[in-house]
Amino acid sequence: MANGILVYGEVRDGSLKAITKELVAAAAHLSQAGAGPVSIALVGDAATVDAALPAARALPVATVYAARHAELASYSSQGYAIALQAAIKASDAKVVLFGATALGRDLSARAAARCDASLFTDCTELVWSGGNLRVKRPVYSGKVILELESTAGVQMASIRPNIFAPAGAGGSAEVAEVAVTIADGDIRGRVKEIVRTSTGKKDLTEAEIIVSGGRSLKSPDNFKILDEMAEALGATVGASRAAVDAGYAPHSMQVGQTGKVVNPKLYFAVGISGAIQHLVGMRTSKVIVAVNKDENAPIFQKADYGLVGDLFEIVPKITEALKKLHASSH
Amino acid sequence: MKIVVLVKSVPDTESKIKIGADGTSIDPQGLKFIMNPYDEFAVEEGLRIKERLKDDTTVVAVSMGPERAVEVLRTALAMGADDAIHVSDPAFEGGDAQANARVLAEVIRPLSPDLILGGKQAIDYDAAQVCPAIAEYLGMPQALIVSELKISDDKKVATARRRVEGGDEMVEMTLPALVTCEKGLNEPRYASLPGIMKAKKKEIKKVGLADLPLKAESVGAAGSKTKVVKYHNLPERPPVKMIAGDAAAQAAELVRLLREEAKVI
Ligand SMILES: Cc1cc2nc3c(=O)[nH]c(=O)nc-3n(C[C@H](O)[C@H](O)[C@H](O)COP(=O)(O)OP(=O)(O)OC[C@H]3O[C@@H](n4cnc5c(N)ncnc54)[C@H](O)[C@@H]3O)c2cc1C
Ligand SMILES: Nc1ncnc2c1ncn2[C@@H]1O[C@H](COP(=O)(O)O)[C@@H](O)[C@H]1O
Repeated sequence: MANGILVYGEVRDGSLKAITKELVAAAAHLSQAGAGPVSIALVGDAATVDAALPAARALPVATVYAARHAELASYSSQGYAIALQAAIKASDAKVVLFGATALGRDLSARAAARCDASLFTDCTELVWSGGNLRVKRPVYSGKVILELESTAGVQMASIRPNIFAPAGAGGSAEVAEVAVTIADGDIRGRVKEIVRTSTGKKDLTEAEIIVSGGRSLKSPDNFKILDEMAEALGATVGASRAAVDAGYAPHSMQVGQTGKVVNPKLYFAVGISGAIQHLVGMRTSKVIVAVNKDENAPIFQKADYGLVGDLFEIVPKITEALKKLHASSH
Repeated sequence: MKIVVLVKSVPDTESKIKIGADGTSIDPQGLKFIMNPYDEFAVEEGLRIKERLKDDTTVVAVSMGPERAVEVLRTALAMGADDAIHVSDPAFEGGDAQANARVLAEVIRPLSPDLILGGKQAIDYDAAQVCPAIAEYLGMPQALIVSELKISDDKKVATARRRVEGGDEMVEMTLPALVTCEKGLNEPRYASLPGIMKAKKKEIKKVGLADLPLKAESVGAAGSKTKVVKYHNLPERPPVKMIAGDAAAQAAELVRLLREEAKVI
C-alpha cells in the first residue's frame, strides 16, 4: 500500500524555491505522525533538475526522485503532470505536497485529475489523521475555514507560503532516477516566454513582511515613503484596489479579493480603510499594523497595533525608528 | 469556432457567511447568489472573440448546480451567449471539485469546443480546481489565471499571458484548449434590455446523469474522495492595541512592540 510523502520541489531560475523547505517541514510533521518517509520530486529537463539537485539532497529527506526529460525544458501542465505521475508511482507516495504558488496550483490540479488523486488547494493547516490527510483551508473569500478529510489512494495538497518554518539542511538524500515517457502530441501547450516584471523583491504571495498603501497616498510618487519603509524592513510593497484604480500602483501589487491573497508574518495597512474585499486578502497575516487618520476606520477592528494619525508624518518616523534599531543591533 | 464558457452561481461577496447548525454546511438563509465574478470575464472574453472573428462562432454557457444555476445561465444569455446548458441531477449533489469536473467534462466532450473558458476560481470554495481537471479529462492544454488572450488568425493557436511570481508567463497552446480568466482580461459588459428580454425566451437545455456516459457511483457525493469534517469560524483576533503620542513617539513604541512583544522584526 502507498506510503510516504512526496514534496514537489519547485525550481525557478535554476534554484530550488524557498517554499520547498517549508513543504519539507510540513511533510516532516506528517511523517512524525506516521505518514511514512519524506522524499522530494524534481521535474524538468536535465539542466533544471541538476541545478536543483544539490539543494534538494541537502534537505532532511530520504530520497530525491529525479524526473528528467528533454521535453520539460520549459513548463507545460501536461508534460510536468506526466513526469510527476511517474515520480509518484516510483516513490509509491500516499501524500503529495505542493506550494500554493502559480506553478504549484497549476500542476497540482492537473496532476490530481491525471492520477485520480484527491486535492485540497491553498491549505493553511494539515495533519495526519487515522491514515488520511486532514486539512483546513479558508473558503468564501476567507470568511470561514473549512476542515476536510481525504479518503483517496493518493492525497494531494497545496500549502500557502509562510505557514511552516523552513526545514534546515543536514541531509544527504539518495537520488532515484525516474523514467519519463512523453509521446508526440502529449504536450500541446507550453510556456514560450517569461516576461520579467519584478525588481528582484520577493513576490507579495511569498513576502514575510508587507507594507501596503491605499488611496490616501494620493500619487505614485508618494509611494516612495512606503518603499523607504519597506527597504528598512526587507519588506515588499502592496496596495489597495483604490490605489491601483487611481493609477498609484500596478495591479500586480494589489492585495485583496481581486488581487493577491497574502500571508505574511507582518502586514502594514497604511491609509487603508479596511473594506471586506481588502481584508479577505490579508487577514491571515500573523501581525497587522494599521496607520489611519480616522480612529473609526474599520481596519482597526482587524489590527493588532493601531496608530491614529497622518501617514505622511508617521511613516517617515517609523522608517527612522527602524533604521535606529538596525544601527543599535549591529 | 465553438466556445464553451463555464459559469457558476455563488454567494455574493457582500453576503454574510453563517455556518449551519450541523456545522458541516453553510446556512443558505439570506444568501444572495450571483454569477461568479471571474466567470463574467469568461463570458465577456467568449463574446469578444466571437465579435472579433465575425464568423459562425458560437458561445455556449454551461452551468452545473441547483435551480439557481438557471439564473446565471440567463445572465450569460442576456450578455450575448448563443446557447445555455443546465447540468443538474440529484445524483450530482455533494460532489467535490473532481467529481463535478468529471460530469462537466462529459457534458462538454460531445460539443467538441475549440476553446473552454472558465473563471480562475469560484469565490465559494476558492478551489481553482474544476477547470484544470476538465482540461486533463479532455486532454486539452490549459492556461490558468489569464489576463490577456490572443487567438491566431488561422484559429489554431492561443497565446495566454498569466502572472506568476516575479513576472508574466506567455503560454502558447494548440487549440482546442482551456483558459481560466483573471481580472484585467476585459471589462464585462452589462446585459442590455433587449438582451434580457431575448434571454427570457431562450430554451435552456437540461442535462442529467442519464444523458452522460457516467455511472452514479463516479459522480456526486458517491464519486468524491474528500469529505467535509466541519466548518470553523475565523479565530478571534485579540483586541487592537492603540499606540498614542506624537508621530515620533508612536513610531518608536510600535517598533519596540514589534521587536519585543510580537517578535516579528
Ligand atoms: C468586487 C470588488 C472587488 C474588490 N477587490 C478589492 C481588492 O482586491 N483589494 C482591495 O483593496 N479592494 C478591493 N475592492 C475595493 C474595496 O471595496 C475598497 O473600495 C478599497 O479597498 C478601498 O481602498 P482604500 O482603503 O485605499 O481607500 P479608501 O476606502 O478611500 O480609504 C482611505 C483610507 O485612508 C485614510 N486616510 C486618508 N488620508 C490619510 C492620511 N493622510 N493619513 C492616514 N490615513 C489617511 C482614510 O481615513 C481612509 O480610511 C473591491 C471592491 C469590489 C466591489
Ligand atoms: N458547477 C459548476 N458549473 C459550471 N462551471 C463551474 C462549476 N464549478 C466550477 N466551474 C467553473 O470552474 C471555475 C473554477 O471553479 P473552482 O474550481 O470551483 O474554483 C469557475 O469559475 C467556473 O468557471
